[in-house]
Amino acid sequence: MADPRNAPHVDMLRSPLGRARGLGSARAGAAHWWAQRLTAAALVPLTLWFIYAVIHLKGAGQREIMEWLSTPLPLILMLALIVATFHHLQLGLQVMIEDYVHDHAQKLVSLLAMKAACVLLALACIIAVLKLGL
Amino acid sequence: MRDVRDALMVGRNTDGKLVRRPLSPHIQIHRWPISMVLSICHRISGVALGVGTLLLTWWLVAAAASEEAFVNAQWFMGSAIGYLLLFGWSVALIFHLCSGLRHLWMDTGRGFETAEYNRSAWAVVIATGILTVLVWVTGLAVR
Repeated sequence: MADPRNAPHVDMLRSPLGRARGLGSARAGAAHWWAQRLTAAALVPLTLWFIYAVIHLKGAGQREIMEWLSTPLPLILMLALIVATFHHLQLGLQVMIEDYVHDHAQKLVSLLAMKAACVLLALACIIAVLKLGL
Repeated sequence: MRDVRDALMVGRNTDGKLVRRPLSPHIQIHRWPISMVLSICHRISGVALGVGTLLLTWWLVAAAASEEAFVNAQWFMGSAIGYLLLFGWSVALIFHLCSGLRHLWMDTGRGFETAEYNRSAWAVVIATGILTVLVWVTGLAVR
């Protein structure tokens, strides 16, 4: 009676209703997860260097900051720190907004606003560092 | 019944009456194990560091803008509120760094036995304390 050839063929575990509602995996989770770990790993040495740099620059005036950023290594490391920090920040805040903001419209708006703020702050920092160092 | 999920929340009590099933206890009912505290603190410190980037941005933009703007920024960082913010920022940064290292370690699939898990959690707390003190002692001793 139960002929396996007559069994309904299931080739996806996601329900059509779930798919239509846009629920479930966006298939981009692994890239997000990986980027968060990579930036975290990069930020370990960069943060330690930054703490050292801040102590080193204690009481420095604008001229000393300029001189410091005019040398290649601090300039490169500052730019790397800024890019890694803001990328890591927006990845982390994205997870938090997705976890705690349940209203679809509010979620979308807060995600876009947060990402825009991160990009603008990162650009402000990059431009400031380049202006000081170049 | 608005949603199929609501149907799963309905059951019968001992008198056979239809009732909504109770939800699992809210977070405030639970004990606060160190692992949970650390997990929550990792998120909170992450948000705090996000706010801290405003300080960093101000400092850099002020330095690039003008001598006067930079003097103002430096004055603020050197004030009581500035020191309080810098101290909070340093604690959040060092904690997030130590806790993040623990997470990276656990991402390799290690350290999930309860004893190890709790030990590494306390190690993060102790390391944060020692490193914060070390950074501030060094920072204040310089010049």
